[in-house]
Formats: sequence, structure tokens, C-alpha cells
Amino acid sequence: MATETNLTQGVSLDHHHDDHGHEHHEESFISKYIFSEDHKMIGKQFLITGIIWAFFGGAMSVIFRLQLGFPDMELTFLKPFLGHWLDSAGKLDPNYYLALVTMHGTIMVFFVLTAGLSGTFSNFLIPLQIGARDMASGFMNMLSYWFFFAASVVMFSSLFLDTGPAMGGWVVYPPLSALPEAIPGSGAGMTYWLISMALFIISTLLGGINYITTVINMRTKGLSFSRLPLTIWAFFLTAIIGLLSFPVLFAAALLLIFDRSFGTSFYLSEIYMNGEPLHNQGGSAILYQHLFWFLGHPEVYIVLLPALGITSEIIATNSRKPIFGYRAMIGSMIGIAVLSFIVWAHHMFVTGMNPFLGSIFMFLTLIIAVPSAVKAFNYITTLWRGNIIFTPAMLFSIGLVSVFISGGVTGIILGNNALDIQLHDTYFVVAHFHIVMGSASFFGFMAGVYHWFPKMFGRMMDEKLGYIHFWLTFIGIYLVFFPMHYIGIAGFPRRYYSHTSFDAFSTFTDLNMFISVAAIVTFLGQTTFAFNFIWSIFRGRIAPENPWNSNTLEWTTPRLPGHGNWPGKIPHVYRWPYDYSKPNADKDGFTDFIPQHIPLSQTPHSNLEHENEIMNDQYVEDDLKINEQK
Amino acid sequence: MNALFIGLATVLILSILFLLFRIQSLVTIVKGSHQKVGLSNKVNGALMLIVPIILLALTVWYSPIAAKNFLPVASEHGIVTDRLFWISITVVSIMFLITNAGLFWFAYRYQYKEGRQASFFHDNTRLEVFWTIVPAVIMALLVFFGWKAWSDIMTEPPKEAVKIEIMGKQFAWQVRYPGKDKEFGNHDFRLIDDVAGNEFGIDFEDAKSEDDFLARELYIPKGQPVLFKIRARDVLHSVFAPHFRVKMDAVPGMPTHFHFVPNVTTEEMRTKLNNPNFNYELACTEVCGRGHFAMKFTIIVVEPEEYNKWVAEQTPFLETNPQFKGKGLSDLRKKNLAKKKSAKESKEQASL
Repeated sequence: MATETNLTQGVSLDHHHDDHGHEHHEESFISKYIFSEDHKMIGKQFLITGIIWAFFGGAMSVIFRLQLGFPDMELTFLKPFLGHWLDSAGKLDPNYYLALVTMHGTIMVFFVLTAGLSGTFSNFLIPLQIGARDMASGFMNMLSYWFFFAASVVMFSSLFLDTGPAMGGWVVYPPLSALPEAIPGSGAGMTYWLISMALFIISTLLGGINYITTVINMRTKGLSFSRLPLTIWAFFLTAIIGLLSFPVLFAAALLLIFDRSFGTSFYLSEIYMNGEPLHNQGGSAILYQHLFWFLGHPEVYIVLLPALGITSEIIATNSRKPIFGYRAMIGSMIGIAVLSFIVWAHHMFVTGMNPFLGSIFMFLTLIIAVPSAVKAFNYITTLWRGNIIFTPAMLFSIGLVSVFISGGVTGIILGNNALDIQLHDTYFVVAHFHIVMGSASFFGFMAGVYHWFPKMFGRMMDEKLGYIHFWLTFIGIYLVFFPMHYIGIAGFPRRYYSHTSFDAFSTFTDLNMFISVAAIVTFLGQTTFAFNFIWSIFRGRIAPENPWNSNTLEWTTPRLPGHGNWPGKIPHVYRWPYDYSKPNADKDGFTDFIPQHIPLSQTPHSNLEHENEIMNDQYVEDDLKINEQK
Repeated sequence: MNALFIGLATVLILSILFLLFRIQSLVTIVKGSHQKVGLSNKVNGALMLIVPIILLALTVWYSPIAAKNFLPVASEHGIVTDRLFWISITVVSIMFLITNAGLFWFAYRYQYKEGRQASFFHDNTRLEVFWTIVPAVIMALLVFFGWKAWSDIMTEPPKEAVKIEIMGKQFAWQVRYPGKDKEFGNHDFRLIDDVAGNEFGIDFEDAKSEDDFLARELYIPKGQPVLFKIRARDVLHSVFAPHFRVKMDAVPGMPTHFHFVPNVTTEEMRTKLNNPNFNYELACTEVCGRGHFAMKFTIIVVEPEEYNKWVAEQTPFLETNPQFKGKGLSDLRKKNLAKKKSAKESKEQASL
């Protein structure tokens, strides 16, 4: 018995690999903090860049909310920041209003919720949770961050161009985005936008290939796909979606570059501009939309799946219960991942696309609601009969489930093409995706930061500030975005500088004012997070190794895992990650959780029937090995 | 001076907040209470009930107020889609309420209690099959009715429909009627000439264009099918007539269309809303540049007799702009050839 226990205690036979963990070579500042190949440092780089971007993206929304809520307000006090974006009367110029809307969308969708969320947590968690020393290619991983950084620099510089950054909405539909005569932002600003996105796509692909390879090849012994934490499943599927869809955006961008700079007519046809007809004929503006949304819709899930994965982990840990329907959760995620590729044209019901195609895409779209609903039900059931500890991460996770449902149900309305005729491009859409994609992913992002902060920085964040941050954000999000449904039902189109030119849209001035105030308060509320984050990095309480009594492998590492993650051997895995509150665990000497690296042989009382069978098989295997060694 | 005061006040408030934070965290450390699940958990648990209830109360209070601003419907298919919309809203609201109630109630009910063991409940095939099928069935029903409504709206336009061409440009709508022959003259974007006044690019060699007329307001007859033939001449625009529940993108190089039956005249709507200044409006819903928010055009719905009278009163474009007579594509081609020829000649001369 004793030998067997030893054998199964997590001894790696792969000595070559393990030696790496013992090396303590001195690292220079540059190789440790800047051009680091350590997945944890790269994760933190993504995190901090993402947070900085979130600040800019949020601040932009505050400025255009001022315009929408208080159209008569003089913004002269913002002159130092906005410069010539304000006219002489201190009012925001309509072109720059569009620039703000465009940049807000681009920054939030790509730089914050794709790079910031998936980049941070895929990088940080994949090797730690699967028991790997690092990513498959640390060098490519480093490149992934620096391509993102380069994309950030280019996008940020476009803000300072004389003609302004891109202004055609975050979807940058041509011909508007192709013709500098149509709007100033389609000049140099759009070129910067395209270069930045090209760099960004390269970054995503480098990261994605790495995530997929790492998950497939580098799982520790015993960690089969059916024992993977749901976080890893989510990151894995996200990377696959990204790898298949981002190249299409790249193609779309490339053709747009050709149309803009080399006189081709992929998207342009029959245009009269600036007093003369252009030479372009035979192109299709709709082609761009198909290509864009072929990425654009999967992108929604690229943003959302990591947040859902993070939530699964946090809800199970803090309910002290296994996640309900583990297999159904994986099944739904796979279902969502597959379906996400065949629903894109629901963004285009009223573009003049063949109505029959519209019907097909409506059917496919509403099918995707089923796995999403299953996920929501499973989260709720996980709470049922739990023993819930409200850490800030748990609060944000519960908040995520709430907004995921609230925004999800309006998707059922928008996916219905007969109803979409009226609602398309109104504030109803704005409400829908800000709640289901924006807020849900943002909540997942925050939940992840609060939950894994101790492992990232070795210190705890302040809980009380976390509570304040959550409730401000949760209430704020609902007060900002829920009322937009009313405005949308009343038909208010989005991306309007002002609604008062129309009698039909002259109502709701008070509600718009209210939304703006709520948005500003919510934005300012994020300072509680910013302060907590920075303060805790340096002065937070020292974190224990496993502060949340969690099961997954990252919590078996030291307080500040070094390069290579585990100082000794990599632990092996013997069970799924959700053995919380297992009956009879106390008889085996455990409290309400049994980590993944604990062999089944140590927990004879709490093992379930099928686990006993697995264990017996393992004994047989181990016996064979012992015999061989003899 | 004001700025200084505001600055000082901000600094003061921030330092007070910081002090409170420090005191709080030091007290926690002294008490050693951060190890236990304590009062904060109960407070958060209570808020899990209180906050959603307040938000729900706000919604219940505000919804009827907001509903006063919803636009009345003025088309036949609009009645169908509006009904479907409110049925769907009801269904999804119920789903929303049940699931959110479950979420927050469970969060409150099963908050941490010393000594309680959470149940090791992780699978139940029956339950899972049940809640896969229920949303699937609800979704299937909604899809079915949506699909029926959509197919009815998106049929081939009826032959007798009143045809009107709407063209989007930066930043205005322009409207052309086919005149007595009920057929539009050809158009070509190369014929567009803002300076001369042919903003549509009408080909006046086409005899059908002779009676075409432009209008400053969009007149349509009540109770008859109306077909909007939609196009754009520079960037994307989107025709949005909110009262008629009509929306269709205007795409350069790809004509689109939308047909519907208006069923309330402007006069009737004015009486109904008790607003003598009411007008139906046409807006743009695809971002098209600086003036996107102000592409307004007025739609006027009248009784069919009145409509016919109005049409009869209009003068064809060619009558007011006789200089365009006979000018069209072949004319343009000739001009272009001449231009090329002279360019070639001048080039040859230069090379000599």
C-alpha cells in the first residue's frame, strides 16, 4: 500500500522536463518584466494593458454620453483633452462624436474584452491549471503580446491625427470607411485602424495557436479532457473560434486596404462623390458585411466564453458545490462554438439580403439560444443548496449570470427577423449587446481579476472595496443599459449625435440625462477598483497559497510561482476539479474540498463507485509497473 | 478660483475616503476577522434580494411612463409585428423574471452558514433534458410566428403597388415618382451632376423618364400597397420610417426595396394623437457621416383620391428643367470619346 501511495503521489517520470523548475538563473529586468517569455508575466502584461485601454474606452463613452444626455452643455472644460474636436462654441463636433463612438467600440471589443480578458486569463491560467511549466512556445507568446502592444500604439496614435481616428462605427462599413472624402476619419485614421487591426489579428493568432497546442499537448498526467476545469475548456474553444474567424477579418481588411489605396472595387460600386462619379463598378458593399460578421459574430463568443468559463470555476468554488451538469456545460460550449459560425447574417436582416437567407439565419440564430439557456440554468442550479461565500469574484460571477440572462432574452427578440426590421440599429440593439456581451464579459473579467489576483501578485485585494465596486457596477450597469430598451422600442437610432432633429425622437430627454448621469457615476465607481488593484499589488495582505480553498492545480503552486510554476515535480491529476463538499470527505481527512492532485487512494471513504473502479484499474497498472521495475 | 475649490474639495474627499479605507483594513487585521466568513457575507446576501427588488420596482414604475413615448403604428404589417413583439417581450420577460428570481433567491437562501454542508448535487439527466427542451419549444414557437410574419412582409411586391424611388446621399433623402406611365426612367450614376441639377442621374434618353417628377415630401396613399425602391449614391444609408415599421438599407450599386400598406393617414393620426403638428418621418439608420443624425424627410399619408389629385398636380422634372431633354448615356459616351480624342491629340501634338 505504501509504495503505491508514493507512486501515485504526483511523481513525474519526465525528469528532463522537471529539471527546468529548479534552475534559478538570474534574469535581467528586461527579460523578466518586458520581453518576458513567462506566461504569467505575459498574462499580467495583457491585464494591465487591458485595464488601461478600458479606462480610455470608458472615458470616451462618458464624453459622448455628455453629448447625448446634456446636448446644450458647454464642454470647454474638456478642451485640454479634446482640442479641436470641440468647436468654437465648446460643443463636440459631430464627426468627432462618431470618432468617439467608433473608438469606444473598437477599444472595448478588441483591446479590452478580447486581448484584455482572453489574453490575460488564457495566458495566466492555461499552464497553471493544466499542470504545464509554460506555454508550448514562450517566444510566440511573447510575440503575441508585443504585436498587441504595437496594435495598441498604432490605434492610440490615430487619436492624435489631424483628421481624427476612424469614424465609421466599429464595424467600419465601406464605402464610408473607404472614401476619405465621405468623412475625415476615413483618411489617415482609417489607415491606422486597419494597420492596427492587422497587427492585432496577428497577435490573436499567435496567442490562439499557442493556447490550443498547449491544451492539447501539455496536460499533466491524469488530466484528461473530461477532467479539465471549465475555464480551460472555455479558453480552448475560444482560441479555436478565434483561429478560424480572425483570418476572415484579416481578408476583409486587406480587400478594404486595396479598395482604399490601390483603386480596386471589391466593396465599391456606382458612387458619386465630391462632384464626380468614381470609376469603381461591380463591387459589393454587402460582401464586406458578410466577411466582417463572419468574424464579428464569433467575436461575441470569443469575448463571452472566457468570461463564462471563469464564472463556472468561481461559482463552483464559492458555492462549495460541484458545477452542475459539467458535461452539459462542455456540450453547450461546443454547441455555441459551432453555431457561432453560422449565425452571422442575423446582423444583416435589412441589408437587402435575400429574405429566404434571412429566414435560414433566424432559425440558426434561435437555436444558439438553447445551449445558452442550458448554461444559465446550470449556473443557477449550482447555487441551489450551496454554502455560498460572497467574495468579490463570486459577486461578479453572480452578476454575470444575471446580465447574461437579461441580455440574452432580448437576443431572442432581435434574432427574430420580423421584429428586427423595426429594432435594427436602434438603442434596443445597443442595450442588448452592452448587457449580454459588454457587461457580462466585463463582469467575467473583473471576477477573474479578483479571484486570481492572489496568484498573480501574491497579495489579496481588499474585499470591502471589492464589494463596493461590485454593487456600484451592478446597479450602474442596469441603470445605464436597461432604460435603453425603452428608447430603442421608441425607435431611436443609434450613432445619432442628437435626436432632436426628429419629432419622433424628441422624447426621452430626461431618460437620456438619467442614463448619462448613471454612466458617469458607474465610470467613477471604477476608481474603487483601480485604487484597490494598484494598492494591493504593493500593499495588499500577503496571500496564502490557496485563499479560496479551490481544487484546481494553480493553487498547488507557491505564493509567487517562479518561471516553471512548480518548484518541484508537476502534480498529477486524479479527479475532476469539482470535488466540493463531497460526502464523507471528512472521514478521509479533508474539509469541503478535495484538490485535483489528491489520489483516489487517499480518499477511500468519499470515492464514488465509478471512482473506486478507476482506482482499482490504476492499482493494477501500478502493480504492473512495480513488477516491471523489479 | 472655483476650479481651486473644486480641486481642494476633491483632494479632501479622496483623503477622507483613503483614511476610512486604511482604518477599515487595519481594524480587520487587528480583529483577525478576515479569516472567517463574517458579517459582510450576510450583508451581501441581503443585498442579493434588496437590489433586484428595487430595480424591479423601478421598472414596474417607469414602464407605463415610458410607454407613452412609444410610436403608434401606421401600417398593416406593423400591426402584426407589433403584436408579435409584445407577445415575445411578455414571454422573455417571464423567462427573465423566473431565472433571475431563482438566481438571486438561491444566492440569498444558500448564503454561507457555519456547519452546513453543501449538497454534492452535480448531475440530473431528467432536469437537464427538461430545460433543454422547454427553451427549445418556446424558441421554436417564436421562430415559427416570426418566420410567418417575415415571409408575409418579404413577398414579391404586388404589381399594382405605388412605386416611389428613395435615394440616400450625404446628407439628405431624395424622392422620385414615376409619373403617369408608372415607370421610372433609367438612371446611371455617371449621369449624376449636382451642378447642373441631375442629382438622381436620370437618363433622359429613356422615354419613361419624361414624366418622372421629384417631390419635397413623400406622399403615399392610405390602404394601398406602396413600394419603396431604395438606393444610395455615395455611402450606405438606411431608410427608416419608424411609424410604419419599415427599415431597409440603401446600398450604392445594389438597389433594394420594401413594400407595405400604410393604414392611417397623417390627418387621422393628428386627430388620434391630438397633435395638429404631427408628421410621419423618414430617418437614416446606417451611419453615413457627419449629418447622419439629421437626414429627415417628411412622409404624408393621404386618402387615395387625394393622392391621385396630388400626383396630377405635380410637374415632371423635364418640364421645369428642359435643358436636360434628350441628354443621357449615349450623349455622355460621345462626350467622353471626344474628351479622349482631344486628350490624345494634345498628347500627340506635345510629342511632336
